[in-house]
Amino acid sequence: MDRRRVEEKFFLVLMVGATVVIVSSLILILVQVLLKGLPALNLAMITQTPKGGFYLGKEGGILNAIVGSLYLAGGATLLSVLLSLPVALYLNVYARSGTFVTFCRFSFDVLCGVPSIVFGAFGLAIMLFLKMRASLLAGIITIALLIFPIMIRAMDEVIRMVPRELVDASDALGATRLETSFRVVARQALPGILTAVLIAFGRGIGDAASVLFTAGFTDYIPDSLLRPAASLPLAIFFQLGSPLNEVKDRAYASALILTIIILAISLIARWISKKFAAHVIK
Amino acid sequence: MAVNRRLKDVLSRRAMFILTILSALVIVLIIVGLYLKARPILGSKPLGELLFSTRWRPLKGQFGFFPFIMGTLWVTGVAVFIAVPLSLLSSVYLSEYASTRIRRLVSPLIDILAGIPSVVYGVWGILVVVPLIKDHIAPLAKTFSTGYSILAAGIVLAIMIFPVIINVSVEVFRSVPDELRDASLALGATRWQTVKRVVLRKALPGVIAAVVLGISRAFGETMAVLMVAGNVARVPHSVLDPAYPLPALIANNYGEMLTIPLYDSALLLAAFILMLVVLLFNVLSRLILNRIERGIR
Repeated sequence: MDRRRVEEKFFLVLMVGATVVIVSSLILILVQVLLKGLPALNLAMITQTPKGGFYLGKEGGILNAIVGSLYLAGGATLLSVLLSLPVALYLNVYARSGTFVTFCRFSFDVLCGVPSIVFGAFGLAIMLFLKMRASLLAGIITIALLIFPIMIRAMDEVIRMVPRELVDASDALGATRLETSFRVVARQALPGILTAVLIAFGRGIGDAASVLFTAGFTDYIPDSLLRPAASLPLAIFFQLGSPLNEVKDRAYASALILTIIILAISLIARWISKKFAAHVIK
Repeated sequence: MAVNRRLKDVLSRRAMFILTILSALVIVLIIVGLYLKARPILGSKPLGELLFSTRWRPLKGQFGFFPFIMGTLWVTGVAVFIAVPLSLLSSVYLSEYASTRIRRLVSPLIDILAGIPSVVYGVWGILVVVPLIKDHIAPLAKTFSTGYSILAAGIVLAIMIFPVIINVSVEVFRSVPDELRDASLALGATRWQTVKRVVLRKALPGVIAAVVLGISRAFGETMAVLMVAGNVARVPHSVLDPAYPLPALIANNYGEMLTIPLYDSALLLAAFILMLVVLLFNVLSRLILNRIERGIR
């Protein structure tokens, strides 16, 4: 009897310990990135593009990478929404069930697990085939390929939760499926859809391996889709490779900026799903 | 008016159907595309040589992937060794023991952990893990290490796959019916005995699926590993050796020197191998998870 009690306690301690280790590793990462990044962070970092000698520790900032990342992730998110929303609606309002729907969901699930370096390599292979150069457009398309399955699955999950009665009521009023899709189902699932969009955006803005070959890197803010674009993750990566401490410090500051953007996105997503949940018919 | 609405409905149905099919086939497109690009090297070298030769000299036309494959296996192995026990213990705690308050506190934190970009994990690895290994762990083992090693990559990767394993296995534990727990508790079993003999046994396939998803995530992770693994193309012999995993090989070399014959084909073969392994792992675990999910509904 006593042995059982001891075993119970022993494993409880292990379990709590494991949870503490995991949670504290997160806090450790955030705190250390903050502590290292904060001293090097200044207004010039986020308001200027690199000046001459920036990579030798001279003046300038990483505005090129911040704007480049926003363009890349923003464009990719836009492209993905145009694809994902119709697909998620089709799976739930039009097709509803059957082998086809199961196959599609399965395919998107598997696609979510494909490493981003594979998308990057695939993207470059396509670009070489089309004789394209590294550009904002190529980066946007590659990131879109990376994030659209995530977006579809996230949208699918929330659209699936829309009560069947709402769809039936809309059908009974003589609405076509298209009207039901966009005026009833999409509106009802709007908070979840917005959250899905933000999750995908966050994934897109933080990914480096997919844009490594496809978007290129430049000190300028791209003024056309066909120009190369810098990105924050790559700016961090390249600056960290420098032997100079001033440049390395900037890499830490850039990592802090990226982390803050990601945290902000995650907070906004949470806020949206709480705020708008009030308007949803239960 | 009515005809107009109908027409719109029919047209949009067609368009949406085509979009759905196309996007579901992207995965096939990627596999076929990578295979076509990898075919030149598969056609000119025996597969056995590609997979098991240790000679990697692209300029001389020698493409032995063995050091990179071993690098990937070592790094993934260390990550799994660290991550699996910790995340399973933690998910049992979160699903079976923790109060709602703790669960509400911890689960958003784990979501945040999942959202941190891999390059930030890499930065953290360089800042904390690499010096730790160089200054403390390697001297402890009485050897020298630059810190850029399998162990560093494994630790960083382990933290990156915590959320994958935890989120999936908490879902799986939740799918175990409460009646089973009640029955076990009513028979006088302690909570841990219930977990061990009932919940874990019932949830075993799902837990395996969760672990496999974690492995496949670790397998393909690129940037963080690239930054801390050291990238030396030699077969590693200890966790303190540097390694050069497949994703890092692709990231470091693809896009440059594509004039060397067969080089780009070799790198896309690496991507193809990566893709096949990840695909296999994902398909397996998704099949298991889909069955569990069907059981609930």
